[in-house]
Amino acid sequence: MASNRPAYSNLMKEIEKGNFVLTGELEPEKITDLEEVLVSARAMKPYVVAANVTDNPLAMAYMSSLIPSYVVQRDVGLETVYQVVVRDRNRLALTSDLLAASYLGIKNVLAISGDHTVLGDNKGGRAVYDLDSAQFVYLLKKMIDEGVDLAGNEIHGKIEMNVGIAANPNANPLDPEILKIGRKVKIGADFIQTQTMFDIDLTKEFLKETERFNCPTLVGIFPLKSFGIADFFDKYIPGVSVPKDLLASMKKCKEESDKEKRKVLYDEVNIEFFSPFIKEIRKTTKAAGIHVMAVLYERILDPLLSEMI
Amino acid sequence: MKPIEEVQAMTETYEKIFIVGCGSCSTSCQTGGEEQVSEMAEKLGDKVVGTAMVEEPCDLRLDRRDLKAHKAEIGEADAILVMSCGVGVQTLGDYTGKIVLPASDTLFIGQTERIGKFYDRCLACGECILDETGGICPITRCAKALLNGPCGGQVDGKCEVGEYTYDCAWITIYDRLKEQDRLDLFMKFRPPRDYSKKTLTIEHIF
Repeated sequence: MASNRPAYSNLMKEIEKGNFVLTGELEPEKITDLEEVLVSARAMKPYVVAANVTDNPLAMAYMSSLIPSYVVQRDVGLETVYQVVVRDRNRLALTSDLLAASYLGIKNVLAISGDHTVLGDNKGGRAVYDLDSAQFVYLLKKMIDEGVDLAGNEIHGKIEMNVGIAANPNANPLDPEILKIGRKVKIGADFIQTQTMFDIDLTKEFLKETERFNCPTLVGIFPLKSFGIADFFDKYIPGVSVPKDLLASMKKCKEESDKEKRKVLYDEVNIEFFSPFIKEIRKTTKAAGIHVMAVLYERILDPLLSEMI
Repeated sequence: MKPIEEVQAMTETYEKIFIVGCGSCSTSCQTGGEEQVSEMAEKLGDKVVGTAMVEEPCDLRLDRRDLKAHKAEIGEADAILVMSCGVGVQTLGDYTGKIVLPASDTLFIGQTERIGKFYDRCLACGECILDETGGICPITRCAKALLNGPCGGQVDGKCEVGEYTYDCAWITIYDRLKEQDRLDLFMKFRPPRDYSKKTLTIEHIF
């Protein structure tokens, strides 16, 4: 393993066993109630080993990811990957939240930069970035492996967590992205989780390039629940574009006026696109698994993943 | 000014150094005036192939004018040690395409009163690393001020902030370092900054 850190989480244990792992994604929004998140978590539980809980994605001010990460583990029995962005917290707040997460039994943390505040719903907010994501991995290494904070102050008790980092195989140019991942793996990452991928060749090229880092990689996919979501994704998610053919197929489904029939059509398009994608990744690459970002689209998990488990 | 040990370490690997001083702010601050330039040349010894004063190194037009007579020496130099603020260092880097080394840890920038086009190039962070980043400042030119970029928000070399019109600082740094065959510096992990170094520094007395 890249970091030489023990596998503390079920996710890492499964990866170490050599099993092809599947993970899901939960997105608590501007809510005061977790019911919808728990319904989604229960729906995905049979298919995935763990679920990411997003942290103010696209710089939207949502419910803190820590509490849902804990409640999903407690009430649903599904392990979570606690996403933490460095945009909203300085090193003190990051340390505090990680100590709290440790107490709450969180075993995976995904250390990410976060989209800039000007992309979000509170554009005037000051973006913190006291640490960047590499320095956050460095902080986590200090806390987990050395039992101290960034300044070297002792932590009472042990933190047992595995650390994930994000990568964007869609990046152009790709070489700086690869070098950056190498830099981060060296500091102390246990696994890599990629941005949403639609292009199988790019995905394979990326996996080949990063093979030398010897760090398990989960390839991200984002099944598209509707044309609206596909179109938004294509236009507004930094570094991601939806293939024209797929977008066109989704647009065609939109023309169906019957809601139920439309759902079936959308599902068919997704299964037709992603099923072979997943199978090819599993069969022809060394990827450790697939991270399925089917937010509020859990019904697609069974047709997509049931053969895998 | 950076301590001389730091300047010596920074210039160690280069055989030929050209030194540029600043006739404006750095002369007023006594960190890059004629006197400091000749002191620096003396301390660095034989490797100094020439020195020059530029009225305002942050001004490309003045760099062109004042360095015209030094073209040959600059061409011969492996690197240019710039005794000005980070703006001057970067302007010299842009102008010459050479490896530029900052002799100062810029703490503040004076205001220039002129109507025209300006580029934000130095935020006077107090911990200058332009020697490691190809003479391009990530504190100023990266929207997230990342020390270990690029982030996932760069698309085709452009930044997610400003609707992909501005260059991603870290791709620019990558390109410059690659051009200079110094990608080892890109790979280097830069630990978190020490913000305590510049907390409530309203007064600057030299």
